Amino acid sequence: MTQDLRSSPLPPVTAADRVRGPAGAPVVTVYADFECPYCAALELQLRAAELRVCFRHFPVRSKHPRAWPAAQAAEAAALQGAFWEMHDALFADVARLEDPHLWARAERLGLDVGRFVADSRAEAARERIQQDFRSGIRAGVAATPTLFMPDGERISGRPEAATLARLGA
Amino acid sequence: MAVVGPGSPAPPFSLARHEGKPFTNADLEGQATVLVFYPFAFSPVCTDQLQIYNEVLDEFGERGATLYAVSCDATHAQEAFRRSLNIEIEQLSDFEPKGATCAAFGVLHPGGFPQRALVVIGPDGIVRWSYMAPSPGDLPGANLIFDGLDAV
Repeated sequence: MTQDLRSSPLPPVTAADRVRGPAGAPVVTVYADFECPYCAALELQLRAAELRVCFRHFPVRSKHPRAWPAAQAAEAAALQGAFWEMHDALFADVARLEDPHLWARAERLGLDVGRFVADSRAEAARERIQQDFRSGIRAGVAATPTLFMPDGERISGRPEAATLARLGA
Repeated sequence: MAVVGPGSPAPPFSLARHEGKPFTNADLEGQATVLVFYPFAFSPVCTDQLQIYNEVLDEFGERGATLYAVSCDATHAQEAFRRSLNIEIEQLSDFEPKGATCAAFGVLHPGGFPQRALVVIGPDGIVRWSYMAPSPGDLPGANLIFDGLDAV
């Protein structure tokens, strides 16, 4: 049942996930939206810490009309081995997410722009984003960003300084 | 005060729709209804909650349920809020007599605003499931509503 949105535990991090950070470091999972400034701030804070970060898409259309195209851009970049480069480039300027801004980022990252545009519009990208979004809904994500701590604790919205301190961030 | 629980009929109530028409027990008939009580229009926490529910409105529809958001704000404020959020969820106002429906459902905070609560009512007007957040800052996920709809 693909439409099932009833409660379900946070899916464990697998090889199919987007993960970066030192091997063996504690793993956090973030559900985020590329147009969300609080998500951008959180990503910067997490990047500075000794953590493995798993990124999952949670674009909220009504709040952030460009969140979906930005997520699609990240997925298209992933097909050319540049997910995190695009992820960082998107969060570096959440106010510039129109199509020409996305194409310019692809070009700057040295991607094949024609392929990037086609891949960003492909059903596969949409499906992957939707799959992340649904897993977030089922795990109780009700705000962006939502951070799942290494022990599975769910932190909705902007984490407090004390929470980040627990992560060394 | 406890939120009305499963098995109880929805208490007699009347809320105002945006166009000024009343929304009452008669409007519950024939479909599952989800009432989302939220404290205030334009408070930042509700904003995320309603926008995320709005993302899965189609799925609520597929489950035969219609979602309404309820607060004690005036209809005009609710409509401005709905537009600013860019969402479709219909707003119902408990402005006059203020908080009467919230009190009847057991979700009126002593401060004069709804607690953050969810109530699922069956097509027969019987409450099937309800939830009240432990504090207004706690955001219940849409998953809880989908769980609650299993009881319809």
